[in-house]
Amino acid sequence: MRHPTVKAAVLSAALLAAGALVPLHAQSDGLSAAQAERYQALVTELRCLVCQNQSIADSNAPLAADLREQVRNQILAGRSDTQIHDYVTERYGDFVLYRPPFKPSTWLLWFGPFLLLAAALAVALRFAKRRATPQTPPPVDRERLQRLLEDTRQ
Amino acid sequence: MIPELGHFAMLAAFAVAVIQFVVPFAGTWKREPRWMAVGASAAQAQFALILIAYACLTWAFVERDWSVAYVAANAHSQLPLMYRISAVWGAHEGSMLLWMLMLTGWGAAVSVFSRSLPRDVQAQVLAVLGALCIGFLLFMLLTSNPFERHFPVPEDGRDLNPLLQDPGLVVHPPLLYMGYVGFSVAFAFAIAALIGGRMDAAWARWTRPWTTSAWLFLTLGITLGSWWAYHELGWGGWWFWDPVENASFLPWLVGTALIHSLAVSEKRGLLKSWTVLLAILAFALSLLGTFLVRSGILVSVHAFATDPARGVFILAFLGIVLGIAFSLYAWRAHRFVADGEFALLSREGLLLLNNVFLVIAAAAVLIGTLYPLIVDALGLGKISVGPPYFNAVFLPLTAPLAVLIGLASVIGWKRAGRSEVLRRLRWPAVLAVVGGLALPWLVEQKLLLVAAAGGMLALWAMLMALEEPWRRWRARGAAGLTQMPRGIWGMTLAHFGIGLWVLGVTFVSLYSIERDVRLGPGQSTDLADYRFELLRVEPFSGPNYDADRAVVEITRDGRHIAELYPEKRLYRAQGSVMTDAAVEHSPLRDLYVALAEPLDNGEWAMRVYVKPMMRLVWLGGVLMALGGVLAASDRRYRLARMLRESATVPGGATA
Amino acid sequence: MRLRFLLPAAVLVVLIVLFAFGLQHDPREVPSPLIGKPAPDFALRVVGEDTPFSRDDLLGRPLLVNFWASWCLACRVEHPLLMELARQGVEIVGIDYKDTDADGLRWLERHGNPYRHIVADERGSAGLDWGVYGVPETFVLDANGTIVHKHIGPIDEQAWRRTIQPLLTTAPARAATETR
Repeated sequence: MRHPTVKAAVLSAALLAAGALVPLHAQSDGLSAAQAERYQALVTELRCLVCQNQSIADSNAPLAADLREQVRNQILAGRSDTQIHDYVTERYGDFVLYRPPFKPSTWLLWFGPFLLLAAALAVALRFAKRRATPQTPPPVDRERLQRLLEDTRQ
Repeated sequence: MIPELGHFAMLAAFAVAVIQFVVPFAGTWKREPRWMAVGASAAQAQFALILIAYACLTWAFVERDWSVAYVAANAHSQLPLMYRISAVWGAHEGSMLLWMLMLTGWGAAVSVFSRSLPRDVQAQVLAVLGALCIGFLLFMLLTSNPFERHFPVPEDGRDLNPLLQDPGLVVHPPLLYMGYVGFSVAFAFAIAALIGGRMDAAWARWTRPWTTSAWLFLTLGITLGSWWAYHELGWGGWWFWDPVENASFLPWLVGTALIHSLAVSEKRGLLKSWTVLLAILAFALSLLGTFLVRSGILVSVHAFATDPARGVFILAFLGIVLGIAFSLYAWRAHRFVADGEFALLSREGLLLLNNVFLVIAAAAVLIGTLYPLIVDALGLGKISVGPPYFNAVFLPLTAPLAVLIGLASVIGWKRAGRSEVLRRLRWPAVLAVVGGLALPWLVEQKLLLVAAAGGMLALWAMLMALEEPWRRWRARGAAGLTQMPRGIWGMTLAHFGIGLWVLGVTFVSLYSIERDVRLGPGQSTDLADYRFELLRVEPFSGPNYDADRAVVEITRDGRHIAELYPEKRLYRAQGSVMTDAAVEHSPLRDLYVALAEPLDNGEWAMRVYVKPMMRLVWLGGVLMALGGVLAASDRRYRLARMLRESATVPGGATA
Repeated sequence: MRLRFLLPAAVLVVLIVLFAFGLQHDPREVPSPLIGKPAPDFALRVVGEDTPFSRDDLLGRPLLVNFWASWCLACRVEHPLLMELARQGVEIVGIDYKDTDADGLRWLERHGNPYRHIVADERGSAGLDWGVYGVPETFVLDANGTIVHKHIGPIDEQAWRRTIQPLLTTAPARAATETR
């Protein structure tokens, strides 16, 4: 409700009546093959803020269309991917980046799984090593023995 | 009246749930067989009551009873009957009722199929399930009553969320919930084991078919969800690493680990406390998923309408259930000491590694899903964790699994002979390497190293899955195959399915091509070897929506391939717009067309995709689930036999 | 040795604390990275006129910059409060976001005009530079043109009294000493 609703962005008739401004380009119009590839990569990794959880490439929201247009224009203007990333984060913050930037607050995010893997492998290998040799008979579990005896008695 | 009847049935079910929890538990305490036996009848009665409630809600939808608030919010007079029936689970309250139906259904199934269990174990399992039912019913009765009336009665309903008006949605949530809820049975077995202090091969054997059944439903549910997202969310994606998807993927990963560790616990009596932990975790993650999806603490594509009171309730429920479970675990798990030797080069060693990678992969998904919340809680700002992260981290954590899978059938229990193993994997390995290099070349005429690596892993998994039946066939001909136990057939099929899945994912990720184009009627664009021509765009009216429908003809070298009708729909009741993509598919490639936006003078921005091997991703999922069916039915057969044996040998099942 | 069996319970406690925090926060409210930074420059014009309007016109006194539009339903929710603030002498600059002059003016005629200046941002370019992602959004600027606060969604009494008003009244003294 707070946003220009999709009502304005779709069916041609509804669109004209609402007088909404939509991008008048197919997205890759005028981009070279290499530029179109960069464009695709950029728009799929930018998050649409007004949507639930969609990239600006996949969103019908007008704001997403504006941002796509910006990305396209900036590519045409010869700006680099880093510059374009900076452009959006200056305005909307790191939230728009689906690939979280690498900095102290995200170190655990990027390294965490691999640290866990190393730890888990170490534990598993230690377990395997400890039990690698045939063991002396396991210690008698008195409770279990008791129960077995009871079971047989029943 | 009918909605009140439904509400009353829920209240009655709540009373029965209390009985199902208290009486059998007290029975095991007092060693009173008649009290223990109450569990089974209570479970069945509860299922019947929830079924009545469920039928009442369905009736309200079918009859378009707008005085029921939930019905008015999720249906419309023009909504077709099929979607009025599936709209029952289209939003929060009704989907909780479906959840309850499944939960009581599993409970009733346990009461029927687990007659061979020792009485006290069955009583404890049913009591735990009863306790879970109490929590969920209380949740529904206090915060999410689907039968609530509202006045004044509106003239028409507000319609079902258009995203959900798709055949895929008719079956996706029920399957998914069957999986989520099914893990409650393994959970109940785990709690019973912790309470009774008994966790042996028999326990693992009882738990296996239930776990496998839940897992196969979850597998099907996730596969279908992916297929649905592909068609309905538009834009050709089939997995978005959305919190909701992750919520279903987490229990799947842990459930997969559980299936394998159960095998080790049954055959070798090892990893017992670990297996019990996984059984608790699989259900814990199902609960966590429910909480994430229904509390609104994460932003997701298909989150339910949220209400803080619900979030608080589920969190409290989750805290109590898991708090008790993990406390019991901390208190009792040390009793399950393994006895026996353990060699790394053995099937149990292999499965231990399988568990390490699966559980760490699940941990990675969990970390990625929750990290935005963590960063926010620490006051470090807001970040997003999306597909680029998950793809980067998940791939290296799971690629080793594909290697391990291949070894499954050639490495035996206890201790495998190195030379025997090498002899059996020699040829499949060579074939996989050669095939992996050749495939990208043959299919796409373009060799990418990553594609070759993915192809090798996929072929390796598939060939090695076939190694076992092949060996049996070589040794004993057709008899070798017909006598192969269903469990092994299940493993073969599931592992082959994983291979197909890897192949599909590799190719569709690396070789998909897409293009945004501006097309007017009569214009065309070329993509790969295909020509997409927009013939015309025409208005089209469905039962509850209006649409612009494009007619697109696809040709290859002038030869007609297909005519597709992608739509851009405006749903009348909610005024919301949906992209309805059109797909032409064959096993080797999908051709996908979606309408983006109308441009000036009758032209449209459109997206066209050629996606090689897309179907294999879903076919792989279906094969895994089929493997689950075979494996679960094998075990059940054994259970029936055990029943007969235990009838002749008193107490035989407990030994 | 037995401690490892306590690990799951420990993880559970941490997660529950985390979720309890999460329940009290709206994940959809994204803080602006522009807080404490100079407001972005723009070159627009006054609605219905050709008179240019730029960032320079915002300097010299603390004020509110309110992004709104005639098609925006939530803007109607905060409108009475804005009218009241205007009556109290608070300077509000309205930026008519992705709207036509005619629609915007007609809307103000119908509901009343709380704005000292009404600026047209037809294509939403200033909105983009200011990081607006859904109207209404309101920025609090000090006399130097620095953004001191951003309110997302309709302003209510509480937000006004607790955060916005104190910022507006403390801002001028500081700004006055800094500029002269």
